[in-house]
Amino acid sequence: MRKRPSEFIIELCIRLSGFLVIAFVFLIFLFLLKDALSLFASHSVGSFLFGKNWLPVSDPASFGIMPLFLGSLYVTIAAIAISVPLGVGTAMFIAEVAPKSIKGVLKSLVEILAAIPSVVLGFIGIIWLGPFMRNTFHLSTGMCGLTGSLLLAFMALPTIISMSEDALVGVPRSYREAATGLGATRWQTLWRIILPAASSGIIAAVMLGIGRVIGETMVVMMVTGNAPVMPTSILQPLRTLTATIAGEMGETVRGSEHYFALFAVGLILFIITFIINIFAELCAHRNRK
Amino acid sequence: MTAAKIRQTVAFAILGLIAFLVVVPIVLIIAYIFKNGISAVSWEFISQNPRNGMKEGGIFPAIIGTMLLITGTMICSLPVGILSAVYLVEYAKDNLFTRLIKLSVVNLSGIPSIVYGLFGFTLFVMFFKFGTSILAGSLTLAIMSLPVIVTATKEALESVPATFREVSLSLGASKWQTTRYCVLPYAMPGILTGTVLSLSRAAGETAPILFTAAAFFLPRLPHSISDQVMALPYHLYVISTQVPNMPVEISFATAFVLIALVFLMNIVSIVLRAHYRKKKIW
Repeated sequence: MRKRPSEFIIELCIRLSGFLVIAFVFLIFLFLLKDALSLFASHSVGSFLFGKNWLPVSDPASFGIMPLFLGSLYVTIAAIAISVPLGVGTAMFIAEVAPKSIKGVLKSLVEILAAIPSVVLGFIGIIWLGPFMRNTFHLSTGMCGLTGSLLLAFMALPTIISMSEDALVGVPRSYREAATGLGATRWQTLWRIILPAASSGIIAAVMLGIGRVIGETMVVMMVTGNAPVMPTSILQPLRTLTATIAGEMGETVRGSEHYFALFAVGLILFIITFIINIFAELCAHRNRK
Repeated sequence: MTAAKIRQTVAFAILGLIAFLVVVPIVLIIAYIFKNGISAVSWEFISQNPRNGMKEGGIFPAIIGTMLLITGTMICSLPVGILSAVYLVEYAKDNLFTRLIKLSVVNLSGIPSIVYGLFGFTLFVMFFKFGTSILAGSLTLAIMSLPVIVTATKEALESVPATFREVSLSLGASKWQTTRYCVLPYAMPGILTGTVLSLSRAAGETAPILFTAAAFFLPRLPHSISDQVMALPYHLYVISTQVPNMPVEISFATAFVLIALVFLMNIVSIVLRAHYRKKKIW
């Protein structure tokens, strides 16, 4: 059967759209790589990855991303340490404990949290959480790593809660029935049977949560104090990879070493989130089986 | 009560407490913004240009800027998003190309927003020479919104029963006719819901438009799509960090308007979903 020309064109468009999605990932990678490589013409990869000084405007400039990487790492670890117990606990409560009416309210509130723009949370950090942290921990400034971590933990919660809940609810009914039939309480069933069975889905949820936290820009730029020094404590001002790009991009001269260095930082972020996402996808895939 | 029962009661109480700990800050944050914001919002604030270094006047250009950016984002991302989901669900065989597309969607959704900003800057602002403009910003936001639209459309298409396709095909309709008249119309509610949600997220994003579209201070409306614009989220960032002695009421009011806009879009998507679910015929 021959296709009409209009049909041929639309089917071509459909295939092209599928191709575009792949093309975007490659384009993003290539454009980051192109400018990042220009930096490595004058600075070694080793000094970039392991250098302890991020001094982009001094002479000679030094582009070591260790302080920024550690800044991201500190903030992420603290945020995840807060959001995983809260998120998985809430998911367990929604999936297995809460009565239907409360379940609905909780789920809508989590959706509302997901909808709050990050810049609004950053604003709350400046106006309220920062001063609160300063007074609570007697700090010289409330704009520190932990303030950012607290807000980031809340930004990661919707992802962790909704994906963990899906994983918990997705555990086959027969598991539950078998456990109940053997005389286990609902809690024993949840803790010993359902949670382990959903574990790879929950790990995927946590990985995606980590990805969100590492990639978040506005909150950390607004509340973590923007100090590109080697962090020694989470209660100090520090600076993340993302905030560095957002904060310095506007001040660089196009084609300068500093400009290329920011693209190299972007490339590192791309690679980190790429790995996290592949890993999360593998876990989610295993969970579906 | 047996020991196991007691343990269950304690464990459930702890889970309840955890859920409570999650919910309270959410309610507090919303209440805090609404309480402080609503008193500072007036008709003048919404309809006037900012004056006196943004310390007085309104945020009209920022509201319009954000609207324009969302519209541009929708125009650019909707066709590609829907068509590529159609490809994945209706046309694709399980081969390497299809798996690559799925993997790309997953990865696009994980790329940090600031990296989209960098990419948009090199590709649209520099390489295509669009300059810092509505066009460059919309395209950047569109690529960022793509994974959400593809995923939502995919789910909507998959939820249309296979019998619809079989009947249509057996009556001699072609693949595209089947998709166009027997699948897409029934998937539309899901597609719309997902699209509005992704746009509400795009409306609140700051990092992707930092270097591609946003103007620090521009007390007039843009003349064309190659103009810079003010945008609500960027404006809130600017007035709460870059402008010294900013009256805090203006920041609160801006945060309120931004949240109200985003929530409104979310409500629209919820209403759409409920409306179409009632009309569902299978």
